[in-house]
Amino acid sequence: MTWTMKKAPTTADTERSRGLNRMFSDRRLGWLGLAVALLAPFVSASNYSLSVITSAALFVMLAVGLNIVVGYCGLLDLGYAAFFAIGAYVSGVLSTTYGWSLLATVPVVLAAAVLAGIVIGGPTLRLRSDYLAIVTLGFGEIIRITANNLDITGGPSGIYGIPGLEVFGFDLSSPVAFYYAAVVIVALAVAGAARLGRSRMGRAWRFIREDEDAAEAMGIHTYKLKLAAYIAGAVWGGLAGILFGAQLSAISPQSFTFLWSALILLAVVLGGMGSTPGVVLGAIVISVLPELLRDAADYRFFVFGVLLIVVMIFRPQGLWPSQASERTPARVPEADKEEAWQA
Amino acid sequence: MAGLADATVDDSPNAPRNGAPAPLLDVQDLHLDFGGVKAVNGLSFSAYDGDILSVIGPNGAGKTSAFNCITGFYKPTAGRVLVEGQDITGARPSAIAARRVSRTFQNLRLFGELTVLDNVRAGMHLRIKQNALDALLHTPRFRRSEREATDEANRWLDFVGLRGDRGGAARNLPYGEQRRVEIARALASRPRLLLLDEPAAGLNHSEKVELLDLLRRISGLGIALVLIEHDMGLVMQVSQRIVVLNFGKQIADGTPEEVRRNPEVLEAYLGKDEDSTHTGDREVPRD
Repeated sequence: MTWTMKKAPTTADTERSRGLNRMFSDRRLGWLGLAVALLAPFVSASNYSLSVITSAALFVMLAVGLNIVVGYCGLLDLGYAAFFAIGAYVSGVLSTTYGWSLLATVPVVLAAAVLAGIVIGGPTLRLRSDYLAIVTLGFGEIIRITANNLDITGGPSGIYGIPGLEVFGFDLSSPVAFYYAAVVIVALAVAGAARLGRSRMGRAWRFIREDEDAAEAMGIHTYKLKLAAYIAGAVWGGLAGILFGAQLSAISPQSFTFLWSALILLAVVLGGMGSTPGVVLGAIVISVLPELLRDAADYRFFVFGVLLIVVMIFRPQGLWPSQASERTPARVPEADKEEAWQA
Repeated sequence: MAGLADATVDDSPNAPRNGAPAPLLDVQDLHLDFGGVKAVNGLSFSAYDGDILSVIGPNGAGKTSAFNCITGFYKPTAGRVLVEGQDITGARPSAIAARRVSRTFQNLRLFGELTVLDNVRAGMHLRIKQNALDALLHTPRFRRSEREATDEANRWLDFVGLRGDRGGAARNLPYGEQRRVEIARALASRPRLLLLDEPAAGLNHSEKVELLDLLRRISGLGIALVLIEHDMGLVMQVSQRIVVLNFGKQIADGTPEEVRRNPEVLEAYLGKDEDSTHTGDREVPRD
């Protein structure tokens, strides 16, 4: 069984569910999600709950970024935390050691993410499926171990004292302000990824996922497009890294272990690979559920694991799978078409 | 006048001679070895604009291997493939597709989880003009290119006569309809040369009749067709020329009539006749 396995036929394929799916894939759904995010602090605005929902927002951004690589393009990346780490460390070092504002580090982080995407993706994307997974796993570890051993990254103790977010003189470092800033940035990231997914490039990614040879036969340079997906994923991860540093004000190699890569991948698979609403939902579940399970104390992660297994058994295609459906306006009646065909 | 004539003469050895146009596809002494197995062993043929050419041969004769060499999926061990006089031997499949050579696959290779329309849009990949920034900002250029792509995809689906839902996943269509989608996808790249690998496989009788009509209409668009086919009835009706392969070797190249009477072809298909006096009466069966 390979990674790009075909979905088992499910009840999700009925006419009714396709209709529902069309209704919800409307852009109104995006606005609804944004409204929910903006109203969340009115339910509970304690520092604890703000920190939970801010983390959830960042996690959504990571999951949406990884979804470009795994969901759209079908490349199994087990080292996605590497890009997250690169973003966090580049902005962390520039803002503490060199005193830059976080906003000023954005272009450098973008450049570093693109470069990392090329350096890691360049040699590895020639490999297929399982081999790619192993190599990306290795690169993820290399980045973490490098950060652990360099002086400029603060070694095992990492970087602390990363300033809060400040945009054009407005201090956004209070938990509430930072949450709203994060929601706006993450919303743009989600919309951007979804738009890329519906473009010529996004379609080409899906063609590669479905059948690489057939895509190549249609004139798609599969290597270049896989690299593009990888770089896009790196950019999303790198930008999320900046927010991560700003939220916690301290980062260390322990923040970027394999567990992170695995959890982000889990969010993508749990939500439904390639489906934007699914991946957003998956990320929220993965980041918030362990907090909701705090009552279970020591059994927290045990219960979390069991729940995930149950979900994957009963919904292997994910909570909100992506579905091929497109509105097709009324066309020539069937009878006329028959005649056109015979003629 | 001499100067004018000189201007059209290229120095390369495969340049067109005496003003004759370079063949659209020119396969020269193609060889493909897998270890000791000679899958293709000296295949040469050429196709011109508007040609309908069939490559036939018993199972395992190397037909699909030859197609894969021409379209860049295999690197030939020896020999050359020229498209409009340009050497494309060993180029990436996508680079060959950019030279307006398109193909279908023996076992349907549709993008099953994607919509029928998306499948056809795949063929237009090289022609859709938009970049990532257009997509992120939904610029007018993005909207226009998407609208044009959808319109054109619908036109190609009309052309191949697709019945059934275009907005649903391709894998939900019946087999015969999926074949049409694959041909529409190949046509959407606006090829000059279209290679079809067993387009009639798995089709019932009436679908084959429709396919014959479709092949003629494709040819009518000025697209050269090269097909691999086992259905002799279809091959004999539609082909202008037939190339016969057996054990990787080319054993005949001619009109359907010539090929049908060729003793070597008969031998390949029907086995060697002990009583060779009857060879003259025998023909390759029509179906």
